[in-house]
Amino acid sequence: MAVRKPPITTREYWAPGHAACAGCGCAIIMRLATKAFSEAMEEKYGDPDAFAIAHATGCMEVVSAVFPYTAWKAPWIHVAFENAAAVASGVEAAWKKLGYKGKILAFGGDGGTADIGLQALSGMLERRHNVVYIMYDNEAYMNTGIQRSSSTPYGAWTTTSPPGKYSIGEDKPKKWVALIAAAHQIPYVATASIADPYDLYRKVKKAAKIDGPAFLQIHGPCVPGWRIPPEKTVEVAKLAIETGVWPLFEIENGDIRNIKFQRFPKDGKFKKPIEEYLKLQGRFKHLFKRPEAIQELKEQIKAMWKVLGKEVELP
Amino acid sequence: MPMRKVMKGNEAAAWAAKLAKPKVIAAFPITPSTLVPEKISEFVANGELDAEFIKVESEHSAISACVGASAAGVRAFTATASQGLALMHEILFIAAGMRLPIVMAIGNRALSAPINIWNDWQDTISERDTGWIQFYAENNQEALDLILIAFKVAEDERVLLPAMTGFDAFILTHTVEPVEIPDQELVDEFLGEYKPKHAYLDPKRPITQGTLGFPAHYMEARYKVWEAMENARQVIKEVFEEFEKKFGRKYQMVEEYKTDDAEIVMITMGSLAGTLKEFVDKKREEGVKVGAAKITVYRPFPIEEIRALAKKAKVLAILEKDISFGSGGAVFADVARSLINEKEKPIVLDFIIGLGGRDVTFGQLEEALSIAEKAMKEGVEEEVYWIGLRKEIL
Amino acid sequence: MAESPFKADIERVEKELTEKMTPGAIAYIPGSSVINKTGSWRVFKPEFNKDKCIRCFLCYTYCPEPAIYLDEENYPVFDYDYCKGCGICANECPTKAITMVREVK
Repeated sequence: MAVRKPPITTREYWAPGHAACAGCGCAIIMRLATKAFSEAMEEKYGDPDAFAIAHATGCMEVVSAVFPYTAWKAPWIHVAFENAAAVASGVEAAWKKLGYKGKILAFGGDGGTADIGLQALSGMLERRHNVVYIMYDNEAYMNTGIQRSSSTPYGAWTTTSPPGKYSIGEDKPKKWVALIAAAHQIPYVATASIADPYDLYRKVKKAAKIDGPAFLQIHGPCVPGWRIPPEKTVEVAKLAIETGVWPLFEIENGDIRNIKFQRFPKDGKFKKPIEEYLKLQGRFKHLFKRPEAIQELKEQIKAMWKVLGKEVELP
Repeated sequence: MPMRKVMKGNEAAAWAAKLAKPKVIAAFPITPSTLVPEKISEFVANGELDAEFIKVESEHSAISACVGASAAGVRAFTATASQGLALMHEILFIAAGMRLPIVMAIGNRALSAPINIWNDWQDTISERDTGWIQFYAENNQEALDLILIAFKVAEDERVLLPAMTGFDAFILTHTVEPVEIPDQELVDEFLGEYKPKHAYLDPKRPITQGTLGFPAHYMEARYKVWEAMENARQVIKEVFEEFEKKFGRKYQMVEEYKTDDAEIVMITMGSLAGTLKEFVDKKREEGVKVGAAKITVYRPFPIEEIRALAKKAKVLAILEKDISFGSGGAVFADVARSLINEKEKPIVLDFIIGLGGRDVTFGQLEEALSIAEKAMKEGVEEEVYWIGLRKEIL
Repeated sequence: MAESPFKADIERVEKELTEKMTPGAIAYIPGSSVINKTGSWRVFKPEFNKDKCIRCFLCYTYCPEPAIYLDEENYPVFDYDYCKGCGICANECPTKAITMVREVK
């Protein structure tokens, strides 16, 4: 029998020994995104190492770069929480003058991207820097101890959106930074999830090969923040897709009338109820005593799909 | 041959940047510094400067992009003032801690509130603890020279710290003066190319910059910044000497004027030094034993030079355009700490003057001098003197 | 026997890594985190049954450490020096070739 070949490169840029929690969804993003980037650089420039990483302060930064150690095997820089996109702009400009071939990869969490880093992100995209910005979305400020961000979904418990007599938990709809990025009419915007690692891999590769800016919003479950067992990280991410909570799509040049969807049910009817997604997670536990809140969450998800141009049915 | 041109302080700063050939410039417009990025844009547009000019969306991103560029291993430059510098505050510490020799030109301007676009030094003074070397220029020529010097000092391997050169808003930024533009060849010789051994983002030799420092390592990293700033004292002196040899203009950490037999020495920084020297000339004609001193380098603070100066005088009168509320002038505090363990020390007086563009007149300097003369005979009456205050509208 | 893709990193780190403070607290040895043997965190340990493995690569793809590499025949090898025992590999294995058993220490 012929030896089967793995669908992803065996090169690693994210070394073990880092301090991410067991079962960390975002660590999977770090590993797969850098692998995909490397494959893209190899195909485009003949050099798998032709990239550098600018990282926002956040979980993946603190677990990977504790002096004198580093988990990174690519040139890497962290400066602050809100400025990964601006730092990446500077690195990219310097690379141009140094005559380096390659592309810059920026990482930020949802706090560093949707909230405090949104301005720097917008500037970088608008200026058309040759940077792929990856927002690893674990849907709260996990690094500081699970506070809500604008990317936290409706109904979720966080330490700053606790459910109580006057609260159902987070009371605002999730903000979709991918759509804000698309409004910049940049070459490529996509969402992805660790649930579909090969789709994620393909999208990062595509983004990396494009000349100009690209933005990816990638769903990365958080074991302590979502109150899930560590082995369920991927399973819960899969349910997010299967229940319609997490859309997988690609938008090119801001053309929101021609969004390409992945794993979208042809008839627009999701087969699994969102309750299956919610019940796996401690952060939504309280919602099962508040059916009206689950109903409201469903309405918000339908509204999100409507923005994407899809009428959906949720069981 | 060096070229002489009549130009504004901002143009002098842009010329300095052009001569230093930074590879990346990132800037955001702010009064009174706007002309610096404008002029640099022209240089880039005309092909006179081969640099990437990133037109960022904020000063915060300006300095962040400079950090990225410098960390990637190229010379980086920016310019700002006042609120813009305050917005950069967080990243200033990081640039120094990451040991990136970025150079920044500042049109020294007051901080809000109330919003005010005119001159004082509150912006740069407020950044004195960030780990940036600070130069203050008296005139447009000094603005140009001290930016070139800033690059040379910052990039020295014994230092590797960012540096800022301040020149007073409008008084210098918008006022034309004759400026000698040094020969490009000489500047190239003086600065050389920036080829860092410590910081780069090169796929062939991947390193990790901007690590997390636990309590077991943080203090040593900060000590290294302290040590680098201490090394800068010697490096600045060497660079001043080299600059004088090459370009014929002399710079000193503290420049003294008619201090040898002075009983009272009035100390200041920036463009006020020019006014002060004229005032000293006038008072000398009247037979008053007064001298002046200009602090050119505020960080590292010229402790030894201030001690030497203090030995000559009975009173040091600090005239400064900044205020640390609840304490007093920042320069005063630095002078005082330089002298605290000296056996004999002069009276040191703290004068707050010329905030937010208030003209500093000879009348105000007379007032400060008469307070100093009185203090010499009768002792100090007040901790902090506000000079030129319109008491009638308080 | 296949070897860890981090073998060279481990050897270099053991030889060269020091705590000596560098200007800017820069970490100069790429992948030096390999010195931290995070396998000590583990409570449950993945046990691999090669006979059941169809080489779908999902365990290899998902491992967040990574503590799974591939041998010459592209079967997964579990690196217990780093495996934190999260159990994603076992949970996602389509043929149940991986089972989590309590660590005996």
